[in-house]
Amino acid sequence: MSKPNFVYVTYIDSTPEKVWQALTDGAFTRRYWVNHRNASDWKVGSSWRHEDFDDASLVDIVGQVVESSPPRRLVLTWSFPQDAENPERVSRVDFNIEAYGNAVRLTVAHSELEPDSPMLHGISRGWPLVLSSLKTMLETGKPLPGTSQRMMRPPE
Amino acid sequence: MDAVFKALADASRRQLLDRLHAENGQALGELCKGLEMTRQAVTKHLTILEGANLVVATRRGREKLHYINPVPINEIAERWIGKYERHRLKALSELKRALEGSDE
Repeated sequence: MSKPNFVYVTYIDSTPEKVWQALTDGAFTRRYWVNHRNASDWKVGSSWRHEDFDDASLVDIVGQVVESSPPRRLVLTWSFPQDAENPERVSRVDFNIEAYGNAVRLTVAHSELEPDSPMLHGISRGWPLVLSSLKTMLETGKPLPGTSQRMMRPPE
Repeated sequence: MDAVFKALADASRRQLLDRLHAENGQALGELCKGLEMTRQAVTKHLTILEGANLVVATRRGREKLHYINPVPINEIAERWIGKYERHRLKALSELKRALEGSDE
């Protein structure tokens, strides 16, 4: 992995299994990840899609599963659908889920982002919001206000 | 949350966060360049920032790279934004009740 562009960490009062499920199960992601489903069988080499929960034809992010070791580690490639064949615009996301005492340390490292690209600007706003909403949802049963509805598309 | 406010209540530490915001993933040596702080002082400030989860350090070979982690700041912002939103929603539902003349 090249030097990550961003590394995000959040400590969640939960279990690695629940955090894994919250990242990979559409019934969970829709609640805190602006009504999206992360769709895949989560096997290495499979594709995955970040799509609207109610209209799966609206696909915002696509990629491949690079590594998958539930409930500890998931590595995905990540791009806008129209950039999927352009290696310069395909980035990489590493999720690491570690037990930390009775809690979980979730690390999200985003690397190989194209400098000054719409994706770089989009994710640097998006991840902190998504991760703090994930934490709030797992700890309180409710996501942060305003993270359950679909937002506007990022600029292309 | 106290740790976050304590960590932010110092101009030198905010300066370090500004530098990581401008250029993420720096080693200690890069981070110290052009600063009027000793290396030891920078190390101490980074320890406090890491303790507050505002900075995340990752190993890359022999290097230790520092990243700004805005997730705890987002949590603080949302804590109060969420409250305002609830307040606004409550006001709206009261308005609706008044206009519709219902006790619902």
